[in-house]
Parts: sequence; structure tokens; C-alpha cells
Amino acid sequence: MTPTLQAFVLVSGALFSIGLLAALSRRHAIFILIGIELMLAAANLNFIAFWHFAPQPHQPTGVMFAIFSIAISAAEAAIGLAMVIAVYRHYHTTNVDQLDQLKG
Amino acid sequence: MSAWILDRLWLIPAVPFAASLIVLSLPNAWRRRAAALAATGQVAALALSVVAFLPTVQTHGFRAAQNFTWFTFGDNALQLGFVLDPLAAAMLLMISLVGLCIFVFSIGYMADDKNFVRFFAYLSFFSGAMLGVVIANSLLLLFIFWELVGLASYLLIGFWIERPSASAAAKKAFITTRIGDMGFFLGMLWLYNRSGTLLFYDGGKGCLESAGLAMLGASATFIALLIFFGAVGKSGQFPLHVWLPDAMEGPTPVSALIHAATMVAAGVFLVARVYPLFSLGAINGVTSSLTVVVWIGVTTALMAALIAIAQADIKRILAYSTVSQLGLMMVSLGVGGVAAGIMHLIAHGFFKALLFLGSGSVIHGCHGEQDIRKMGGLRRFMPVTFVTYAIGMMALSGVPLFFSGGWTKEEILHAVGHWPPSHAPYYLMFAGVVLTALYMTRQIIYVFFGDPRASVDHSHESPRVMTRPLIALALGAILLSVVLTPAWPWLHEYLTGEPVHFEIGRLIQPALFVSLVLVSAGIGVGLWMYRKAGVQAGDRPAQIDPLEYAQPALFRFLANKMWIDELYYRTVIAFSWMAARLSDWLDRYFWDGLVRGFGAIGQVFAMFTTGVDERGINAGVDETTVGARGLGRLMSAAHSGQIQIYLGVVAIGMLALLLLYAWLV
Repeated sequence: MTPTLQAFVLVSGALFSIGLLAALSRRHAIFILIGIELMLAAANLNFIAFWHFAPQPHQPTGVMFAIFSIAISAAEAAIGLAMVIAVYRHYHTTNVDQLDQLKG
Repeated sequence: MSAWILDRLWLIPAVPFAASLIVLSLPNAWRRRAAALAATGQVAALALSVVAFLPTVQTHGFRAAQNFTWFTFGDNALQLGFVLDPLAAAMLLMISLVGLCIFVFSIGYMADDKNFVRFFAYLSFFSGAMLGVVIANSLLLLFIFWELVGLASYLLIGFWIERPSASAAAKKAFITTRIGDMGFFLGMLWLYNRSGTLLFYDGGKGCLESAGLAMLGASATFIALLIFFGAVGKSGQFPLHVWLPDAMEGPTPVSALIHAATMVAAGVFLVARVYPLFSLGAINGVTSSLTVVVWIGVTTALMAALIAIAQADIKRILAYSTVSQLGLMMVSLGVGGVAAGIMHLIAHGFFKALLFLGSGSVIHGCHGEQDIRKMGGLRRFMPVTFVTYAIGMMALSGVPLFFSGGWTKEEILHAVGHWPPSHAPYYLMFAGVVLTALYMTRQIIYVFFGDPRASVDHSHESPRVMTRPLIALALGAILLSVVLTPAWPWLHEYLTGEPVHFEIGRLIQPALFVSLVLVSAGIGVGLWMYRKAGVQAGDRPAQIDPLEYAQPALFRFLANKMWIDELYYRTVIAFSWMAARLSDWLDRYFWDGLVRGFGAIGQVFAMFTTGVDERGINAGVDETTVGARGLGRLMSAAHSGQIQIYLGVVAIGMLALLLLYAWLV
């Protein structure tokens, strides 16, 4: 069975939903970051899939996008983790429910 | 030399002014230095005056004016200037010489005064202003110096500020002369309006020269009278004479310098200076303005001489005598005897300063007592003062031949006798001469003869610093008679600029004999009347004046200065009081009510706007802010701070957008 675009989109949709669910439901800041990484991965999968099934596959536009996206998400993960560590040092917790200082 | 001084006439008043400024800045303890500095200034002024005098002697009718522009407005330039002519030069010499004697005298007289330094600053200031009056070539400049002189007079009359009577006298002098100056000022404005210049001499364009005079026309009479009113105030002429006797509250050297020799003579000088205004359009030497001058002078001369007879204060007698003599000078000017009037002014400057300084010496010797009834017999204690005083008295009485006053008085009588309109002033002047001799005899008898009375206790001759000026002035009073004699009419010629032919007939003219008879009559009557003054005589107690004993009502009338002060008090001053009360009432009730009414209107309007503001505008704004606050609270509730809720909202929003997209496509 050859994989179809539909299958890729479904997988990517599922991945995104799982990531979103993780980001929304987990209380630990690192898990939220992991969820976000999952959603980024879903987006990258979409880039590749739509590039692969596009009419002109010779130019590696989708791959380039995915590579850039991965690079940015790596940077984002590094900053995110650094922030989590900084927050932990300051508040002695990583539970986002307790980090509500910006409450209006 | 002469050209040098002509360009620098301003130096003459400037030197004493500078000395005054420096002295004023000295500390109070530097008494000797202050006196030395002031006297040096005066010596310098005297030297400059002598230098200025020389060219006027060399040329007959010499006149040099030096004008400069003060400021320019539009096309008109207001010019001021200085002038040197025989009149100015003679006055300069007289003022600086008499002034110097008085400066020296003051060193002794004021020796114990705590404000010694200030006194000399004021004296120098006065001297500068007076010298300025004399050499001013512009009526405006003359007026400026005139007012400075008035200020100096005010400061010096009120010199002993701790005495209420002194400050009252100072105010009286200042205000009374100011009334006269008002006339002067109006006359000056009128003159400027007519002739367009206030310069006296300006190469033919000045207001005293033919071109300027031609523009005046009939208004000259009124201008002259207004200016004369200023002279009336300054020279203590009736009806503004009341300040001069009161001015004797000042220190005696001040009375001698300002209120006898120089400042009060400024009025006479002013009339002489602007004489062309008075004599414009004269018929036979008579104009209506000059006639007014004559009658004012006659009234003043007689009235003051009468009052002087009944005064007891040694200085007041001299003050009334000064008023009387100034009246005589005015008469002389009015009848056309300008030279005679000025000669009498100069002679009077010397002998009246001498008399005043002599009275100062007497007061000094009597420890401040001024009442002649309490003196007596002082000739034994104060011989120098007595001799010099007697010389002054004879010069004032007009004893002929050897005393300066005799010649000038005779010249004046001569001029008055030839006045065409009336002979009345001539005969009234006879009475004046007799009265003058009478009151001076009375004073001398009271002060220097008889037995020593109450205040003569340890009296002694004054120190040499005071007697030397007396001797100098007495010599002046005698030596001037050489210059003033009609046998050598040099001064007359010098002042008028016209050659006077000496006639032997003038020496033996009736006026000489008339004045001789009059003076001897006055002195004789005085000797007879007051032979027993100050001693018990018959049923008359010692302290009662013989005239008072004989004519109590008349004496009281004269002793109270003819009630003129009281008359002014009842009329002029009462009127000003009423006017002041009326203004006060108007101000308090009428104008104030008006202002308060407007204020009330404003208040009502303010109350209305307050209501609008508080109930309308403020309430609306309040409501708005309350709403905004509620909305803000509502909105801020959405910010829970829970990051996952934010994310959830984003997700729901995206989902909603997706659904919308799906539904639309």
C-alpha cells in the first residue's frame, strides 16, 4: 500500500492534537514544552508531505522549510528549557498553575 | 584760561556735588575728614568761580553759553546748557564765598552734633545745586537745580529729625515752595509751547532773545507771572512767605546759607534772569507783570518788617528781616532797577549771612537759648560777635557810606522813586527802612546791652573757627560798600553791560539824605523805645516788651504773625481737609460700593457656574469613570495568569476559524 497524502495529514493532525492536548493538560512546564515540540513536529510532517505530493518535487522547498523549522524549534526548546530552569530557581516550582503572577 | 572754564562751566556745580557724594559715603566717625573734604570742595568751587569771573570783567556785556542736547524726541531736541554772564559770575562769587565762610563756621557750630558728616554732605549738595541754578542756561535745567535746592533745604531744615517741630517745618517749607513751583512749571510749559525752546541764550534763538520773545506776544505777561509765582514761593514773598520763619528750625548755619544768603535769593535771581520776559512790551519801563512784582514786593517788605518788631526768637527776627529784604529786592526789580536789586542781593548775602552766623554764635554762647528776652549784656562776654553783629546790623539797616546795605538800599530807593505809575511804593519803602532800623536796634539792645538775664550763664566767646568767618563776612560787608558806591559805578556797569556815567549829583541826591534821615530815625526811635528793655521800668515788668506794654493788641497781632498761619489753617488747610474727607467718604462708600457691587455680581455668577460644574459636568465625568473602572475589572478577570487557559483559548479560536472556513467553503 502506498502512503497517500491523506494518511500523512491524518497522522500529522493526530500528532498535533496529541501535542495540543499535552500542552493544555499537563501541569509540568517541561511536558508543556514537549507538547509544543510535538505540534512543531506535526507541522514539519505537513511541510514534507505537501511538498512530496506537490506537482514539482524537484525543488526541495518543503525540506528546506522543515530544516529551518527544526532549527528554530531547537532554538525555541533551548530558550524554553532555560526559562523553565530560571523559573524553577526563582519559584522553586515548575507547576504552571502556580505561576499566575500576571493575573489581572 | 577763560576758554578753558567756558567749556567746563559744569565743573562748578559738579565739584561740590562730588564732594557731597564722597562725604555721604564716609563713616560717621570721620568727622574731620568729612569737614575738610566738604570745605575743599567749596574752595575748589570758589577758585573756579574766580576763574569764571575773570573773562566777564575783561569784556563788557560778556556772555558765553554752552549748550548741549539732552535728548531728542521726533524732530525736536531738548537742549540744556550753561551760561556765563556778569549776573551769573557775580552770583557764583557771592555764593561760593559766603558758602565757604558758612562751611567753616559750621565746623565749630556743629562740633557736638552726632550727624556731623551727614550735615556736611547736605551742605555740599546744597552748594552744588545752588551754583547750578546760577549758571543754568535753560529754564528746565534751572528748574532741575531749583528743585534740588529745595530738596537740600528740606533735608537741612529737618536736619534734627528727632524734633517734631523740625520735621513739620521741613514739610511746610517743601510743600509751600512746591505750590510756587507748580506755577513755575506751568509757566515753563507755556513758554516752551510758545517759543519752542527753553534755552535762555542760543545765538539769537533763545527764549530771552529777540527772536524767541517775538513769538510770545501777549502770553508773555502770563508766563512771566507764572514764573514769578515760583519765585514768590522760593523767596518767601507774600502770600507764600509762611515757610521761611518756620525754616529757622534748622541748624543756624543752614539758616544763614540757605534761608538768608543764597536759596531764598534764587527767586530774585530767577526774576532777574528772565527779566526780558517781564519787560517785554514795556511802556516807559512798566508792564503789568512788573507792576505785580512791585506790589507783591512792597506788601511783603512792609508786612515782614512789621512782624519782625514783635518777635522774640533771635532767628525769627532775622527770618522776617530776610523776607522783608527780599521784598525790597523784588520791588527794585519790578521798578526796573535790576542792577540795584542784584547788588542788594549780593550785599544782603554777605551781611545777612553775617547776622545769622552771629546769631548762631550767640545761641552757641547761650547754650541753645534763642529767646532774646532771656539774653542781655552779651557784648561783654562775646566782643567779637558783638562787633561783627553790629556791623551786620548797620549794613542791614542801611547806614550810609561805610556799609554795603546803605548804598544798595539807596540805589533801590532811587529806582523806586522814579517809577512812573505811582509814588506809593516809594513812601512805603521809607516806612520799611525805618522799621528795619527799628527792629534791628531792638534786637541788638535786647541781646547785647543791659543786664545779663536768665540764659546768660557762663557765656563765652565762640571758638576761633566760628569767629573767623564772622570777621571775614563783616569785612565783606564793609568792603563791598567800596564796590557798591555810586561814586564808582563799576558793578552797576558790570551787571547791566551799559556804561553808567558818574555824576557828582548822584552822590548828593535827595535819596542819600532821605535814607540817612530814615535810618537815624529808625535807630533813634529804637534806642528811645527800648532804652529800658529787659529791666523793670515804672509799672512795667521786665519781661514785657515796651511795645507790648503800650499797644498790647497791636503787639499780639504782630507777634502772632498777623494770624496768617491761622488764616491759612482755617481756609486753605481746612479746605484740603474737607476735600480729603470728601474723597475718603467717596472712596469708602461710593467707589467701594461700586466695586463691591461688581464683586457681588461676580460672586452670583460664580455660584451658578459652581452648580453647573458640580452637578452637571462633574457628575457626568464621575459616571464615565465608574463605568470605565467596572469594564476594566471585567476585562482583567479574563487574565487569569494561567498560561494554559490562554493557549486553550487560542486553540478554540483556531478551531472556530477552521470550522468557519469549512462552513464557508
